[in-house]
Amino acid sequence: MSAPVVRLCRRYAFAASHRLYADALSPEENEAAFGKCANPNGHGHNYGLTVVVSGPVSAETGFVTPLSELDEAARRCVLDVYDHRHLNLDVEDYANLVPTGENIALMIWERLRGPLGGLLERVILDETRNNRFEYPACGGAAR
Amino acid sequence: MAAVTISRRFDFSASHRYYRSDWSEEENRRAFGLCALPNGHGHNYALEVAVSGEPDPVTGMVVNLVDLKAAVEGALEGFDHKHLNLDTPWFADRQPTTENIAVVLWDLIGAALPGGSLARIRLYEADDLYVEYFGKAA
Repeated sequence: MSAPVVRLCRRYAFAASHRLYADALSPEENEAAFGKCANPNGHGHNYGLTVVVSGPVSAETGFVTPLSELDEAARRCVLDVYDHRHLNLDVEDYANLVPTGENIALMIWERLRGPLGGLLERVILDETRNNRFEYPACGGAAR
Repeated sequence: MAAVTISRRFDFSASHRYYRSDWSEEENRRAFGLCALPNGHGHNYALEVAVSGEPDPVTGMVVNLVDLKAAVEGALEGFDHKHLNLDTPWFADRQPTTENIAVVLWDLIGAALPGGSLARIRLYEADDLYVEYFGKAA
């Protein structure tokens, strides 16, 4: 009998500041696109990060993946680099990329893809309790 | 008529221990950490049961929530305020991990479902840790 495939979701938190500003746009265009998020000195959020992995449940341990390994990957690859940082100034991912919620979700996916391999199914980023970003996108066959 | 998914949340509390008697103490501690401590520990679990189907043309319901509540609470009687290893029959051959509890609950609730089709089981072990199970792949 094949092992049941279960999805495991683990939530983490980090706090960071950012500024939404595109060098290719004029100050007026930045103001139009990003509003107060373009303020020169930036602002911050308490981000919530849910890492979703999916795989067969080990008959030996009952785990999809050992939680300690998942926590270690999230800490080493994301939290240690992002937490209490200014994303534009302190994190290389955003040297040439606007740190919107969309792009942060994409970059976290890229950071976790290697260590978690085929287990990684989705990254869910909560910027506030009202704004959530998911990558890969939901819809169609993706649930 | 379009299919709709309805979900309801339930709570239960239970204790458990992760331990394999065919492993040494050291192997158990390495794989399971604090979860291998001899006397177990417990959680407040939260269970979300999602049922899909087309709303009945007369009642407008996918499934009557009163019936769903009775069916799920009946299944949870075997779990609530129990030691999952010692007081239930389901974990003799597997660890009572959140993953395995979700799989067991899928079968129990699916067999008792009063209407619609079981779409998803979401089981929270804690606010920051939950699993989702969608049944065996077709």
